[in-house]
This record gives sequence, C-alpha cells and structure tokens, in this order.
Amino acid sequence: MTLRVAIEGVSFWASRLPGWETARAVITGEQPPPEAASTRPSPTLLAPTERRRAPDTVAVALEVAARACEAAGRKPSDLPSVFASTHGDLAISDYMCSTLATTPALISPIKFHNSVHNAAAGYWSIGTGSLAPYTAISSYLYTFAEGLVEGATQVVCEQRPVLYVAFDIEAKGALATMASSRGLLGAALVLAPVSQARQHRSLMLTTESVGECHPTPARSAAAPLVADNALAPCLPFFEALASSQPRTLSLALGRQMALNVQVN
Amino acid sequence: MQTRPLRITAYTLCSAAGDGRAATLAALRERRTGLTRNDFGASPISTWIGRVAGLETQPLPAEFANWDCRNNRLAWRGLTTDRFIDAARAARDRYGAHRVAVVMGTSTSSIGASEEAYARLDADGRYPADLRRPIIHTPHSLGDFVQYALGLTGLSVTVATACSSSAKVFAQAERLIRTGLADAAVVGGVDSLCGSVLFGFNSLELVSPEPCRPFDVERRGINLGEAAGFALLEKQAPRGEWLLGYGESNDAHHMSTPHPEGVGARLALSDALARAGLQPADIDYINLHGTASQKNDEVEAKLVADLFPATTCASSTKGWTGHTLGAAGIVEAAISLIALEHQLLPGTLNLRVPDLACGPQIQRDNVQREASHALSFSFGFGGSNCVLVFGRDR
Repeated sequence: MTLRVAIEGVSFWASRLPGWETARAVITGEQPPPEAASTRPSPTLLAPTERRRAPDTVAVALEVAARACEAAGRKPSDLPSVFASTHGDLAISDYMCSTLATTPALISPIKFHNSVHNAAAGYWSIGTGSLAPYTAISSYLYTFAEGLVEGATQVVCEQRPVLYVAFDIEAKGALATMASSRGLLGAALVLAPVSQARQHRSLMLTTESVGECHPTPARSAAAPLVADNALAPCLPFFEALASSQPRTLSLALGRQMALNVQVN
Repeated sequence: MQTRPLRITAYTLCSAAGDGRAATLAALRERRTGLTRNDFGASPISTWIGRVAGLETQPLPAEFANWDCRNNRLAWRGLTTDRFIDAARAARDRYGAHRVAVVMGTSTSSIGASEEAYARLDADGRYPADLRRPIIHTPHSLGDFVQYALGLTGLSVTVATACSSSAKVFAQAERLIRTGLADAAVVGGVDSLCGSVLFGFNSLELVSPEPCRPFDVERRGINLGEAAGFALLEKQAPRGEWLLGYGESNDAHHMSTPHPEGVGARLALSDALARAGLQPADIDYINLHGTASQKNDEVEAKLVADLFPATTCASSTKGWTGHTLGAAGIVEAAISLIALEHQLLPGTLNLRVPDLACGPQIQRDNVQREASHALSFSFGFGGSNCVLVFGRDR
C-alpha cells in the first residue's frame, strides 16, 4: 500500500550538526563537520524560568518542531503532531529509578510529570497553544519509520498538514547499558497533502513484507556524528532529502517489514 | 477519506475487578470492588490500589523469557483470557501475519523492571544478570512482546500519551486500516503497578488514602490500578460491536492539570460525535474518565451537565478497577462494550453525595436499560484527550 505526501518543511539538530543547513552541507560534502559540539538549543517557546530547567528531550524536540514549521511557513498551532522517541527521557528514567531505589518519598513532582513519554508533545502544545491532537509513540529500533508512517497516514486520512517530530537523547546511569544512546538528535518534517502543496518535494511510502529487513545504510560524513544515538536509523532518510535529485531508500519498520521510500 | 466504522470482533480485559468479561460483568452487577489496601513494594504509601493477583508467581512461558517482567506477564494474562489469543491468531491466518497491525498503549510500560534493576545493582553499579535484557527497559517492550506472542510481522507501535494512550490506539488503528496499511489490528493497553506511579502521583498529592470516590463531594484523589485489555478491529465481519468514531485533541494548558473549562475535552467530544454521525441525545451511556481527582471530576461533570440530556447515563468505573493509567482507555472501552452487550449501565461505586457540578446524568446505581451507543472518555497528563464512540452489534 502506498502513501503519497508532500514535504513542506525539514529540520534537524544534533550536537555536531546544529541545524538542517549544516547537516545538509556535511551530508553533501560541501562543508566538513564542525570541530566542536554545540550547546543544546534553548526552548524559546517556554517561559524564561522554564527554559533552563526543561529536560533535554523537550529542548531538542521543541527546537526541531519550531524550525520545521518555520521552514514550511505554517503556524504551529494549526498542525496536529506526531512525536516519536525510541526511549523517551532516559535521564529522567535514570533519576526516577535511582531515587526509588534510595529515597522514594523524595521523588520530585515536576520530574514525575516530565517523565511521561508525551512530555515534549505536551510542552509543545502548551507553548504553541495548539489544541490540535498530538500523539507520542515508540517502536524501539523502528521508531523513526513507524512515526513517519503515522504522520503520513494522518495527512492522507485527514487531508491536512501534520508535524512529525522525532528525537532521542543521551542515556544516563546504569540504564545506559540497556538503552544505549549518546548525544542529542532531533529531526522534524511538516508533511502535507500532495494536492495542496506548491512545488514541494514529495514522498511515496510503500510498506513491504520481507524475509529479513535490509535498510539502506548511512553513507555520508554525517553518519559517524550521530551513529551512537538511538535515533540514528533516521539518517539515511535525511541523506536522501539532502540530495536535490530523486532518491529511493529503504527503512526498517520491523524485523520483516520494510518501508520503501521514494523522495521526489 | 471518511472515518469508517469498524467491527470489534473480539475483546477482553483483566483488572483487579476480575479476569475476563464474565468476571468483570459479575463484579459490575454485584457492585464488588477490586480495590485493596496498598501492599505494593517495600514501603507502601497509605492508599488503596487495584492489584491483579498472582503475577509474581506466573513467569511468561519459556519461549517468551526475553520479555518476562510484571507488565508483560499482565499482557500475557490478558491475551490468554476470553480466548483473545485464538481470535487474534485466526485473524493472522485469515489476513496474513504482515496485514494485522499491533497498536498498544501504556504509560510506564515495563519501567518496573528497570526500577527493580536499580534496586539490585551489583557492586560495580551494573544491572543484575537476570535483568540484562534491553527490550524490557524501553517503552516499546509492550508492543514488541504482543506482536511476537501473536506471531505477527506487520506494523507495531506503542502509544504513550499517559492516561489517553490505550484510547488513542483505536484512532491510530482505524487510520492504518482506512489507508489500507493493515486489514485488521490488535489494539489494547497494559500498565502495571510500579514505584514510579505510586510515589509519583503521591508527590503530586493526587493519591487518596481511602477507596476512591469519583464525583463525590468528599472525594480525596485517585487509587492506582493495573490492567490489561485488548480488542481486535476488522473492516468487515458478520458480527461484533462497532467502533463508530473517535475524537482526539489536547488542552494546551498544563502538564498535570486539565483545562478548567475542559476546552480540549469538548473538542475531542465534538470530533468523535461528528465522525460517528451522532448527536448527544443519541448517547445512552458514557464511561467517564472520573479519576476522583478534584480537578478532573469537576471539569468532566460540568462538561456532561452542559452537553448531554438527562436521559444519558454517565458513570466512572474507577471504584472497581482503580485508575489503570495507560490501560484505562482499553479497560473502559471494554466496560462500555460489556454495557452495550448486556444492556447493563454500571453506576459509580463509592459515590454518596454528588459534587455540585454533577448533573442528573451521573449515576450512582447500576441501570438496566436498552442502550445502543456508548462513549468512553480518556484524558491524560500533557493535556491529551480522547473520546471513543461504540455501537451495539445489530
């Protein structure tokens, strides 16, 4: 089955690839990777007092969400959204588990309500005043591709543009040995019905049942910069977007389910 | 593309109120609560909980040992109740393993296993050997287990939007079927008791020291519970209740408090009714979110009083099950389906004196009457709202 959607806006943020322009230039070889890592983006949507104490998940997700809407020229509050993260807030999970093991009665109420998988989506909706539905999903190794399918499905079903945001952060403490992820990585797309789009790039997404998934590997100079983040499987998709030519690639949706992507 | 009604060809639930549909129906009829004094963990806080018995002594079958943990044991209990697993496997054989999607909802998934690992770290600060299984320390633990246990190979997603999670799975699955990405879907949700939610909700001062009293003027907060529930959705089938519509929205207000006028909840409701092509007067029963928190019940009671006629019966069943968080959507969907199937509209356990905001719709006692359409409301942290519309099989 094939879903066809337009891409109105793209954004990307990693510690060594801060912004889609930089990421694209590194992917295409126009510029070498920046020497130093950038500091985490500031979630300017939030009140100044909340910006500093915002979790990394919220900071990176809100950054890429806002940049994708800007690139699309869309008002954020008009867009339903899909937030996808492999592991959610690994730093808060580490905090919750270690506090519960030692002083459970001292759990911070703010950390607790920030521990929900939909915290970034919640802060985004509060910051933008958006009443449009959001969802927050996870699918382990297949998170980026499953989120892309959900975003495209919403576009096709509801015939309205949808914001898709994916992110993963650095694991902390003992949990890092089980849910490994380094650095911050976020990426977002504004997807829209093809009929409404004006000269935008478009995607054809086709699911395929296969004996064993062989996703397209990342090939560019950007790959080693994000390879140890849990969201790294998204990179081949952005490598294809970085090219001005039509490209095809395959993402894994499961052990035996592929998502064939044609970027036009 | 218009929302299309789907058949619910199998469903089940396991909660403190009972394992399966018959036990749940009996508990509802007999007004028998599943809530007990909190005895969970080493230093239990003073509250009541909806605990499912026997999970500690029932590991998963050896072939699923990699996924073994309290949350997935509860998932397995649900799958094997009411022969749900047989219905799901029959759908797999009918449509093909890759054509049946899995969409699961949870709030904390198997974080209880990570909590246990942290309590038993070795001298070098490493996980104990028996818990060094990455899949149970990530949110998709639930969806991955259910997909594997049912022998499915198609789309598989875990939705985690706090207490609306396993209501939103119906919406996501309907879209997958509508676009042709799947022919059928196993939807559901599982959440299990763990330190994170007991101490977390306690830190927010939302936990009641006594059995919860939804919509009562003297309510003192929530009781946490655990549960599993599943439903099989199909495009075409000769029998089954109907999923007629759904509505999703959010409050854009606060991370842990609902909007005072229920702005988002009202939007979700109007979206759901519009998709189903129904008016408020068509609704016979509403299973409310009704957590027994001060704010939720006040906002929800006002919404129902404002928008529905006195002929609509509404209740909260949290007095039977406790608040099962990410599983609340599927548990209350299943109770709504039981209500339609048996024409038994459950009342509200522990409700004595209704809050002033309550209209005549909110029922203390069970009502036996003809009912064709039911709604289920689920509202979660982060302001996420979902309303489901069900229709009787006819």
